[in-house]
Amino acid sequence: MAVLTAEKPKTAARAANRRRRVSPVLLAFVLVPLVVEGFWVFWPALQGFYLALTNWDGVSAPTFVGLGNFAEMFSDDIFKTAALDTVIWLVLFGGLSAAGGLALATLLQKERRGVGFYRAALFTPVVFSLVATSLIWQVIYQPDGVFNKVLGAIGLESWQHSWLADPKTALYAVLVPALWRQLGYVMVLYLAGLKGIDPALYEAAKLDGATAWQQFRNVTWPQLRSVNSVVLSVIIIDSLRSFDVVWSMTKGGPYHSSELLSTYMYATAFQSLRLGYASALAVVIFVLAFGVIVTYLVRAFREDS
Amino acid sequence: MKTRTFGFHLVAGGLAVLWLLPILLVLTTSVRSFSDIASNGLGALPSSFSLDGFGQAWGEGGGGHAMLNSLLVTVPTVLLALLLSSAAAFALSRYAIPFRRTLILVMLSGNLLPPQILLVPVAKLAELLGIYDTLTALIVVQVGFGLGFYTFVLQGFMRSIPDKVQQAALIDGAGVVQIFWRIVLPMTRPALAALGALAFTWTFNDLLWSITVLRTGSVMPVTPALLGLQGQYVSNWNVIAAGSVIAAVPTVAVFLRFQKHFISGLAIGAIK
Repeated sequence: MAVLTAEKPKTAARAANRRRRVSPVLLAFVLVPLVVEGFWVFWPALQGFYLALTNWDGVSAPTFVGLGNFAEMFSDDIFKTAALDTVIWLVLFGGLSAAGGLALATLLQKERRGVGFYRAALFTPVVFSLVATSLIWQVIYQPDGVFNKVLGAIGLESWQHSWLADPKTALYAVLVPALWRQLGYVMVLYLAGLKGIDPALYEAAKLDGATAWQQFRNVTWPQLRSVNSVVLSVIIIDSLRSFDVVWSMTKGGPYHSSELLSTYMYATAFQSLRLGYASALAVVIFVLAFGVIVTYLVRAFREDS
Repeated sequence: MKTRTFGFHLVAGGLAVLWLLPILLVLTTSVRSFSDIASNGLGALPSSFSLDGFGQAWGEGGGGHAMLNSLLVTVPTVLLALLLSSAAAFALSRYAIPFRRTLILVMLSGNLLPPQILLVPVAKLAELLGIYDTLTALIVVQVGFGLGFYTFVLQGFMRSIPDKVQQAALIDGAGVVQIFWRIVLPMTRPALAALGALAFTWTFNDLLWSITVLRTGSVMPVTPALLGLQGQYVSNWNVIAAGSVIAAVPTVAVFLRFQKHFISGLAIGAIK
């Protein structure tokens, strides 16, 4: 039977542990979950990488085409739109939710009357599904909906618009609900980070006569470094995964104007049934996420030791 | 000082109202009658009150049935995922399993993968096993995909439990299973509550996995069914709004019940 390592000098404990056999029960505790994940995640992932090198309609056997799918992307205009939109999405959705989340957290950081309500209000959308969110916003965006009504009321009739049906505005119209839902979440991350800052640092800064801005620059910001890296990883991974909100509002249209790599991948796989090319698109998404995944893992590894 | 407080409430209150308006709007739309919306427009002030939208969304729109499907998927998924991941986390955090750190990170990396790379193979795998288009397929893939993250969080939490407790049990002759079930698991309750609440909303709100492994309308959970509702009731905005309200009820309920845990769960990772 294995024993815990506490309250012994570390090296002695390690030596003691090495001598103890890991019991079969304990082994099962690790292996069963590992096998489940291996079967439904790692094995499919490997297949996904292989399928990216093939042409496959899902019925007949896949034919190996090497990097053909990736070469095809260079002449695929929809891919170019989707890639560009994904980058715009990353920058706008990521940038605005990070900046906005931090601003909201700083605003609502101090415990005072009413602050709980404000936090809850901003946080509420986080519990809705992105599909429900997109339906809520479709009600707003309709030609006879509230948004156009308000524009008319303040004398901006010329701005009135079928927001989701116009290729010029569709992507940004989808972005707003996504942000509406994400901001509260990022705010929670930052609130947790701000709570972890030692109040003594602010006391000292105040004694030195630091202004609110200087306190933020010289105390808050440097102290938030680790939270920033978490937020950054969460945001990049979330952006690349973003699918639901676009799929339920525009399906990537009109004319692919709000197409993201994720929606294009899904449509290619399950509507056009080009499973090989779709897998190649998924590999592109993976490559974009890879840096973040590795950084995240390295960070987790360091914390773990 | 007074004006600063006033300014704070003005800004924060304004934002809060702005944030809540869409929800309020959808709630009012859901209780308007179809004829009111059709004749006065979606953006007009409501001049009717009717629960027909809810009746239609729940009954002929299939909301009730979809809700049942969602619960049949979500409850087993959350229980299974937490059971498996807490077992793994227990072994990896309390015992000197060889390569334990590597194993934890490998498991976590599975959750960080973009799901898109898995979609096609997972759909084919489900077909191969004869579970394509069944709720079982959805449960197993959701469990598999969530395991890595849950294990990672739980092992971090379990490591902070004092060793003395476990040693005392060991001296009393408790086996691995007993230590896990009777001692460590109960002490992990706050983390389990946090992850349980999160896992519930994630699974319940899922769209991508559902539309990847399911095809038939009658097995669809709430989220994809909501999209179907939109296609079915194109301009019946009261029905569509009612549907989104219904779809939000379970997660809002979980959130209200586990508010504290839910928020601390979301903040996991931010503080370290």
